[in-house]
Amino acid sequence: MTKIKDHAGIIISCAIIGVIASVLALLGNPKNMGFCIACFIRDTAGGLGLHRAEAVQYIRPEIIGIILGSFLCAFFTKEFKSKGGSAPFTRLVLGFFVMVGCLMFLGCPFRMIIRLAGGDLNAILGLVGFACGVLAGVFFLSKGYSLKRTYKLPAADGFLMPVIALISLILVIAAPAFIFFTEEGAGPGALHAGIAISLGAGLIVGALAQRTRLCMAGGIRDVVLFKDFHLVIGFISVLAACFIMNLILTGATGTSLFNLGFAEQPIAHTDGLWNALGMFLVGFACILLGGCPLRQLVLTGEGNTDSAITIIGLVLGAAFCHNFGLASSADGPTSNGKIAVIIGIAVVAVIACVNTFIKPKDSKEVS
Amino acid sequence: MSTVDARGLSCPEPVIMAREALKSNESSYTIMVDNTASRENVARFCRHQGYNVDIKANDGEYTLEISK
Repeated sequence: MTKIKDHAGIIISCAIIGVIASVLALLGNPKNMGFCIACFIRDTAGGLGLHRAEAVQYIRPEIIGIILGSFLCAFFTKEFKSKGGSAPFTRLVLGFFVMVGCLMFLGCPFRMIIRLAGGDLNAILGLVGFACGVLAGVFFLSKGYSLKRTYKLPAADGFLMPVIALISLILVIAAPAFIFFTEEGAGPGALHAGIAISLGAGLIVGALAQRTRLCMAGGIRDVVLFKDFHLVIGFISVLAACFIMNLILTGATGTSLFNLGFAEQPIAHTDGLWNALGMFLVGFACILLGGCPLRQLVLTGEGNTDSAITIIGLVLGAAFCHNFGLASSADGPTSNGKIAVIIGIAVVAVIACVNTFIKPKDSKEVS
Repeated sequence: MSTVDARGLSCPEPVIMAREALKSNESSYTIMVDNTASRENVARFCRHQGYNVDIKANDGEYTLEISK
């Protein structure tokens, strides 16, 4: 039996992450969206003008902070290592469809937990779908699925994404004319905490996630594959801390951060089937990628260019979803979005089969 | 003694490889990984299976000596 002290670090770290997620919603972020990696990457894509959905355009400092927090932590603990080359284009495609699934559900796995902590019961359907997607991915993993090895790369490669994050920070602070901002009252892109607060929150979460290896998909995966509860304890810790903090802040400030039910939930819809199918796609693709969007951001900060490519896939997916009407809204999913999710599940299944059952002859090469 | 080369692979693959290797029920194994997450996960898995784990670090790579 594993000792509690083995999990103390991840329990405390994830409790801090849960508290930060709750506080950010109080300080200006959309409700039940203290953090959402998918939504914030989508907002950032809009801020950079990659899509023209005026309601969701803002370069989110939380994303910048997570990359830089992970980078600083990895750099000073000597874990920063520039590497990549493990099926990068496949990862880009998987990242694209992770975003399609997230924007069907309206949230990444991280926000799914935060929505649950805010009383949004639609997230239960999302969680069921997500867990089923993880199980589908685990099936292929147990049959030998692999995107093969990564290789050491020139150091500059690994530094590129942290540098891009830094440039993005300058852009959101300087706010030049070519950067887009959602106008006040025009949508969730206008709802945000101050830049310094958001950046600070991102830095802390990035550093904590780097140290704990927190991954929302990995938690369920490790329980099924190895009966290892370490990561899923982090998952539960985020949920519990955010839930308790939501209740405390609601009582203390009068701002409602907890609303139990299905209807009238912030930035959510009530179509259970498509909430579940969207998150099925996300869970399946995340297992094939080796981690959820939060984990991909953290790995990017550690110098992993495969994860950086995955982030680009997420950005492309976000831009595509909003340029072609795939993203859901509070009114529900769109027809285009439903078709895209079905295509996504088919594409991810093909990627899983090809990388499981068709082995190249040199599959035992050593880096 | 079996040797598992999981360098360049990210989790959970190194742990899956370790699990498969441990099925041969030998007294000792050597498992090589090249990132800290894999080092931690493989070590935690092997300890849970009742093995002792000795870790040697060398230039960003880790050799885990697994023994009963």
